Amino acid sequence: MLLTSVPAMMEWGLGGPPLPSRRALRWRLTALLAFVALWSVAGGLVQLTRPFNPIFLPAPWVVLGALAELAWKGQLWPHVGATLERVAIGFTTGAALAVLLGLLAGQLRSVRRVIEPVVELLRPIPPLAVLPLFIVWVGIGEGSKVGFITYATFFPMFVSTVHGVAQIDPRLLRAAESLGARRRDLFVRVILPAALPDVLTGLRLGVALSFFVIVISEFVGAERGLGYLINDGRNFFLVPQMLGAAVLLGLLGYAGNGAVRLLERRVLRWQQPL
Amino acid sequence: MKIQVRGLSRTFVAAGRAMPALVDVDLDVAEREFVCILGPSGCGKSTLLNIVAGFLRPSAGDVLVDARAVQGPGSDRGVVFQEYVLFPWLTVAGNVEFGLRLKATPPAERRAIVGRYLELVGLAAHAEKYPVQLSGGMKQRVAIARALANNPAVILMDEPFGALDAQTREVLQDELGRIQRVEHKTVLFVTHSIREAVYLADRVVVMTSAPGRIKQVFTLKLPEVRDRFAPDFTHYESEITRVVKEEVAKVHE
Repeated sequence: MLLTSVPAMMEWGLGGPPLPSRRALRWRLTALLAFVALWSVAGGLVQLTRPFNPIFLPAPWVVLGALAELAWKGQLWPHVGATLERVAIGFTTGAALAVLLGLLAGQLRSVRRVIEPVVELLRPIPPLAVLPLFIVWVGIGEGSKVGFITYATFFPMFVSTVHGVAQIDPRLLRAAESLGARRRDLFVRVILPAALPDVLTGLRLGVALSFFVIVISEFVGAERGLGYLINDGRNFFLVPQMLGAAVLLGLLGYAGNGAVRLLERRVLRWQQPL
Repeated sequence: MKIQVRGLSRTFVAAGRAMPALVDVDLDVAEREFVCILGPSGCGKSTLLNIVAGFLRPSAGDVLVDARAVQGPGSDRGVVFQEYVLFPWLTVAGNVEFGLRLKATPPAERRAIVGRYLELVGLAAHAEKYPVQLSGGMKQRVAIARALANNPAVILMDEPFGALDAQTREVLQDELGRIQRVEHKTVLFVTHSIREAVYLADRVVVMTSAPGRIKQVFTLKLPEVRDRFAPDFTHYESEITRVVKEEVAKVHE
């Protein structure tokens, strides 16, 4: 039965584990604390016994200190801001294009016949492989970085949107038509809401991928950004700075994912059994 | 006549071979009449209903509803499906008012209609729930309320209780009987349950096994409120069973 398998699929695919209960949360915190503690002990031991230069494995407080120092000098926010701005513009453009074209392709067979083969041809190419092309075409400025995110995030979002439209139970369309729905009503009142779970899954993939690819494009010819900060740290042996920027990227990605999840929980309330 | 089916045939093509599903079916359904189409599985009874609903095109013949030829699905023919087919993203009330919103019925009137039909199917307390939170029986009540609220000329029901357990099934048959005594709709109801047909119908149309033709029509002379154990009820039941059995036997020959 398709109708019941869609929520089931979504529970598996994007709902993830249910809201953490108190106990689950406690376990999570314990695991995190244990990890940080282990890292602290290792970092502390290296600093005390110096089996190698402790600069290679800074303890958590050293990393935090490096971040705090950058922030204090006003040198952190421009980098975070630059990365966020590129991700925001690149992802939004990619999402808009992917969802629009995906809805169109999902609806019109003629559009699908043209777009899908091209997408299937380009999609298996790792996006990183075309980054140099973007740089050659657009230059090393903002354009290539933003464009690269748009390019890389387009594919998963497009594919999941098309899937969302294609998997709609045709009986829902019949039911709507028997209640008097015309073509436009079908699109607005049936196809859009039915495809929404898959569209949101695509957006989540897109957000994750944005933070994934921005770092690499910031390695190349950037003057700001968290990726630049990492690469700069490598050049000058500032391992705490490298780790700090990586941690920040992780936190930003986590927040982005959380934001889409929150959106999902709000607009997909109908999938929750209780 | 509310529904007129004229010389209706439908042939499906499967693996290059033409498979006739319906052959030359003529059927008239009067206003406010409840007609059950009964037959062995694969006899084309659902095909017939799908053609009347406008989901399928006939190979020959035509269907008139209120003297207008059926061209496709439309709000004059409400459909209740076997698998409920509710809009999962809409609440119970949202499902019931779906057709009213399309017609741009004013909100106050819409609320009144939704309230009335939810009351009629006994779901007034569940208006704000989502389909995923309902049992099968409740879902089918919503589907019935959704079809009724749209005030179609006829209601088409395709084995609507087929997916329910035996107890729920009888409860819903009782309720549909009660609703019909209030609403007096013109209903075309497909089922393979003889008991269900005798319980609900004014007329029972028995179809032959594939390819489907009309084999025999029974006009039931039974009281409006039926008793499944009354002698004339069981008489019709066994009479129709005999006719259906001949067809089922043919399938196994």
